[in-house]
Amino acid sequence: MNKMDKALQEIGEMDELAARSSPIHNLSATAKLLSTIAYIVTVVSFDKYDLSGLAPLLLWPVLLFQISGIPVRTCFYKLRIVLPLVMAVGLFNPFFDRHIILRLGTIAVSGGVVSMLTLMLKGVLCLMASFLLVATTPFDSICAALRKFHVPKTLVTLLLLTYRYVGVMTEELAVMTDAYHLRAPGQKGIHVSAWGSFLGQLLLRSMDRAQELYASMLLRGYHQHFHYAPQKPFGKKDAVFLAGSLLLFALLRFVDVAQLLGGVFVR
Amino acid sequence: MIEFQNVSFSYEKGKSVIKGLSFSIADGEAVGLIGANGAGKSTVMKLLLGLLAGEGKILVDGLEVNRANLAAVRKKLGFVLQNSDNQMFMPTVYEDMIFAPLNYMVSREEAEQRVDRVLSQLGLDYLKHRYNHKISGGEKRMAAIATVLAMEPEAILMDEPTSALDPYNRRIVINTIRALPQTKLITSHDLDMILDTCERVILLSDGQIAADGPADEILRDRALLEANHMELPLSLCGRE
Ligand SMILES: Nc1ncnc2c1ncn2[C@@H]1O[C@H](COP(=O)(O)OP(=O)(O)O)[C@@H](O)[C@H]1O
Ligand SMILES: [Mg+2]
Repeated sequence: MNKMDKALQEIGEMDELAARSSPIHNLSATAKLLSTIAYIVTVVSFDKYDLSGLAPLLLWPVLLFQISGIPVRTCFYKLRIVLPLVMAVGLFNPFFDRHIILRLGTIAVSGGVVSMLTLMLKGVLCLMASFLLVATTPFDSICAALRKFHVPKTLVTLLLLTYRYVGVMTEELAVMTDAYHLRAPGQKGIHVSAWGSFLGQLLLRSMDRAQELYASMLLRGYHQHFHYAPQKPFGKKDAVFLAGSLLLFALLRFVDVAQLLGGVFVR
Repeated sequence: MIEFQNVSFSYEKGKSVIKGLSFSIADGEAVGLIGANGAGKSTVMKLLLGLLAGEGKILVDGLEVNRANLAAVRKKLGFVLQNSDNQMFMPTVYEDMIFAPLNYMVSREEAEQRVDRVLSQLGLDYLKHRYNHKISGGEKRMAAIATVLAMEPEAILMDEPTSALDPYNRRIVINTIRALPQTKLITSHDLDMILDTCERVILLSDGQIAADGPADEILRDRALLEANHMELPLSLCGRE
């Protein structure tokens, strides 16, 4: 099995994770979708220097990992490709923002370093929250919930198909990488000179397959309307979960928990 | 059930792939469509399903295959693709099977019953909640057939149903096809399979019919087969 086959297997595994059972899995998609959005909004709303205010927001994902039984390890393993990209976003801040805003003992910390750390943490928190949503909710259910909030049908269907097509594309990539390496033994990666034709082929091949996939949907009576499986209704426990989450976010957002706990950093 | 009247088609201008094809298939008939690579077998299937539009007239159960009748025509035809990976796109076998019935406005209870009925008919109950990415090639082919049967089509089209299967799974697929009462149109290079499953054979050569008759006769015609890059079915070798 090469790297790409493994990637494909992993996409399938997400469906399996989502099909497990736990108090979090058993909540309605609506409750989870709303609380995830609220969480992300809360995280993003923090000031770029407010690292100490942001840190306690780690509490929510940690709780969800615990209750849902999804290993934190799995999360970081699956996100290993995007995580560095998100982390890289704030990498240049320390060079632009040299203004000292914090002293830890004798070490002076510039605004750039704090805002870089804040940005990184924001990225990680948002990724974790999104991962938890997808790992505890079947993708169809997330789409069904989006439909309930009147997100346009075309958009949701596109999202769903993209999720399915990612698999197709990865599979084509796997076949092509194998074919390439069999004819270029000992070579690491794919030589720059072949990138153009490689990408072109990949696009054509995955388009061919996507077309056939779509034809197979049409032949089975699909016409722009996806029939989602019946969704878990929004019940009392969903209301409790959503209200609890929102309350927690408000608390973490507007009350300086760090200061309450005695102040981790000294301003 | 299926009728082609002087049908022609070309992918590119001036290069006809199907040239004035006419034939008809009666209700309940099982027909093997054979021919060399590139003879136009898959194209015939796609024309029939309305995935491609050519000249001439194609009728399915008296309905002309055209834009207006497309939905009604497709409902009558179940198509098993050559590559099952392109057929099964939902996470589990069950979700794939229930996809078509739901699209055809069957109630969910009825759709579930259909799925269970088809699975037990094929002896595949154990596959119901399996993940498509975790079943073997043979199981996937059987699941794809099950997916199509759940549509309850009047005719079944199969493009190379035994390609890339080991002998054991090939045998399972052949026995399954034999047991299906529907009208069948099957393309393949696996002439032993065609002999086992079809009573009639249409031999396509360069977009035209080179022969049309009882499987038993055409598949014994060594000269005709060899002229079309095919060999006598093993089971008929030495018994000419
Ligand atoms: N999408 C396409 N565009 C252009 N030519 C095609 C396309 N698909 C098939 N053809 C050509 O049409 C002919 C018949 O193809 P096909 O029906 O797939 O043959 P078969 O299934 O009998 O092997 C071949 O010569 C093939 O090259
Ligand atoms: Mg073909």
